[in-house]
Amino acid sequence: MRGGLSCPREAAIFAFCSDPATLEGWRWFACYLSTPKHANLYLAVGTVLLLLAITAPAALAFGFGGAMAARSRIWPVAWIGKGYIAIVRGVPDIAFFLFFVIALDQLLEVIRHRIRCPDWEAAIWQGNDFVVCAAAKLPPGNAPQWVHDVYGFCLAVLTFAIVFGAFAANVLHGAMRAVPRAQIETAEAYGMTRHQIFRRILVPQMWVYALPGLGNLWMVLTKATPLLFLLGVEDIVYWARELGGTANPRFTDYPHGDWRMWYFLALLVFYLGLTRVSELALERVMRRLSRGQATTGGRAAA
Amino acid sequence: MTRLLISAAALAVLAGGALAQDVVRLGTEGAYPPWNFINDQGAVDGFERELGDELCRRAQLTCEWVTNDWDSIIPNLVSGNYDAIMAGMSITEERAQVIAFTQNYTPPDPSAYLALSGDVDLAGGVIAAQTGTIQAGHVAESGAMLVEFATPEEAIAAVRNGEADAVLADRSYLAPIAEADPELRFVGEDVPLGGGVGMGLRQSDNELRATFDAAIQSMKEDGTLNALIEKWDVSSTFE
Amino acid sequence: MSCWQTVQDYALRSLGHGERLLPREGYTLCEQITLIGSGMIWNIYFGAVALFCGFFLAVAVALGKGARSALIRKPSEWFIFVFRGSPLFIQFFFAYFLFLSLKSVHPFFDPFTSAWLGALIVLFLNTAAYSGEIFHGALRSIPKGDVEAADAYGFSGWPRFRRIVWPTMLRLAWPAYTNEAIFLFHATTLVFFSGFPARGQRGDALYYAKFFADKTFNPFVPYPILAAWFILLTLVVIGLFGLVNRRLNRHLPQEARRGLRLRLRLIR
Repeated sequence: MRGGLSCPREAAIFAFCSDPATLEGWRWFACYLSTPKHANLYLAVGTVLLLLAITAPAALAFGFGGAMAARSRIWPVAWIGKGYIAIVRGVPDIAFFLFFVIALDQLLEVIRHRIRCPDWEAAIWQGNDFVVCAAAKLPPGNAPQWVHDVYGFCLAVLTFAIVFGAFAANVLHGAMRAVPRAQIETAEAYGMTRHQIFRRILVPQMWVYALPGLGNLWMVLTKATPLLFLLGVEDIVYWARELGGTANPRFTDYPHGDWRMWYFLALLVFYLGLTRVSELALERVMRRLSRGQATTGGRAAA
Repeated sequence: MTRLLISAAALAVLAGGALAQDVVRLGTEGAYPPWNFINDQGAVDGFERELGDELCRRAQLTCEWVTNDWDSIIPNLVSGNYDAIMAGMSITEERAQVIAFTQNYTPPDPSAYLALSGDVDLAGGVIAAQTGTIQAGHVAESGAMLVEFATPEEAIAAVRNGEADAVLADRSYLAPIAEADPELRFVGEDVPLGGGVGMGLRQSDNELRATFDAAIQSMKEDGTLNALIEKWDVSSTFE
Repeated sequence: MSCWQTVQDYALRSLGHGERLLPREGYTLCEQITLIGSGMIWNIYFGAVALFCGFFLAVAVALGKGARSALIRKPSEWFIFVFRGSPLFIQFFFAYFLFLSLKSVHPFFDPFTSAWLGALIVLFLNTAAYSGEIFHGALRSIPKGDVEAADAYGFSGWPRFRRIVWPTMLRLAWPAYTNEAIFLFHATTLVFFSGFPARGQRGDALYYAKFFADKTFNPFVPYPILAAWFILLTLVVIGLFGLVNRRLNRHLPQEARRGLRLRLRLIR
């Protein structure tokens, strides 16, 4: 039954993998871990790292924009900045993810629909269905699978950046207010403008106050990457669950019991490693920023 | 330059418009053997993979497979992320209010209880089921204590480690598991649920539904569907 | 069925009181709001209990991490590292499997596989680690002048900690700690989403929101309702923490305090 069901086997990485049924010990594991199905898991690890690398600066940019808007003297701008911070911070990120991506996707498609197909007669929402013309579909319906993957990934990055940008905005806003007033007053006494104070005094000094909060936020961001699967991206959690589940000999060459616990252990170790690296980097940055600052940390480092 | 690029891209999209109709994206769960699963090669495999490819061949469509979590499989169809669902989805009135179904490609088949021992209180005990399935709905209404899991795999694990007394799922899904594990056995009577498994489409996609309906009909008539059902042992066959 | 009737039937559904069966058709707005609100009881329970218990452990861990003795410092550092360094989602999954295997060792562990205890323990340890790090960071950021002034006044040991270090630490940590509290309440939605199973369809707010999204196949109603409930909860948390914050900052000049009060009013 087994041979009849599975697809023709592609060339394996190791030569001895040609007949999995006869393998034992480390050879079995070497072959098992190098199946194309496992490659998806390794690829997903790369996806997580890529997501973090793109999202972190994007979220910081959103946060900086949000904090500056919230500080603005023009009240509608301040209102938008504060509203953004309050609303996104108020909603569980998981609910935001479940709902926001579909909404964002549809919004983009409606905009394209309006531009591309101005003479479309039928309604866009037909009962439960959401129908736009083929030219407005994002990505185009005939695009290869990788375009769909990249599009989904970009939506995920945008969602993450918006959610974590709000938290970064809050941290930065707090840090700007934590800069000792005496510093600002001194700058005012020197005749600096509001803009100059912001650029020369406030921003350079706020980082030391913002860094613990931002460091915490980075940890939360890495912690939130398993939520990727809610956004339709097949992430490491999806594959750990899929690969770790009981493998029935009828459907695979490598049958095994319920190994999800071990797969999740591997994920745990992966995340701990990621954290350790981030901690070392943050520690270095903190030490650098604390130098010459009027805090106990600054004294210790000086 | 940018303008030129954009209009070129727009042209490509418009030219592709006619072609776009011919590429049909099929959504599946990929975690429900023998219906659909991911094989060692990392590709979608199973009864529905083979059936779907054959249906597309007969309808002269180019089909592409997409996997999606069971939880969000209907919302993602409705919002247009793929064009059809083939995921062992039973035809129910509840679902038919939101999506359209083709005619069934397997006959209505019973669900069954799987447990560690023969003397389980199916009416008042603790029964596991996958969230959002017709089985979960049935258990909730039967008066038993329902314990829900995200995947069918976890529901069965719950029975193995005593978290639940029994699990209710499609008999065809449970059969190979019961075969492989001598400790697990079927208990109680089978429960007839749903109207067979069909392909789910958007309600506005009448043309595509008619196409697939015709393809399924032709496979029913020449006996290839029954042969496929027997090969993968997913259900009883059509008369 | 009137809306008031629905509230009576479903307001305590998440605890097992009232109507045994969930609604099967119709799914009125009233039902959705009531049931999702009913689920909030679990979110508040998990968040409040974990936050309260976690605060004490967090302070202990923060002080432990700053201790000179490696015997105290190392375990604190490792505790923070393990719980901050791995996603809560995976911790839940693990804890569930761990408690399951412990269950077969001794019947004492039987309640641990239930969400009300098992998930609470994970959340408690998790928030203690995160807050511990925040407090530790605040301890390190205490203005040099404050401590020097305390030294000059002859403060040392416990009185210095009690009068100078402790309140300054709380004041510096408070904004980040407010964030952590909000995060924790949001994280409680993960409990029934992975690992721990819902028994008898008694779940948290997200569980019911997902129930309605599954049944109506329309995410645009239940999730905004869930969001609204959580914004309400968040505003309450911000309000309560803001009161504490005001008390912590009561010695600062009026000019410095006005900004905070204005900000809070705008958020409300």
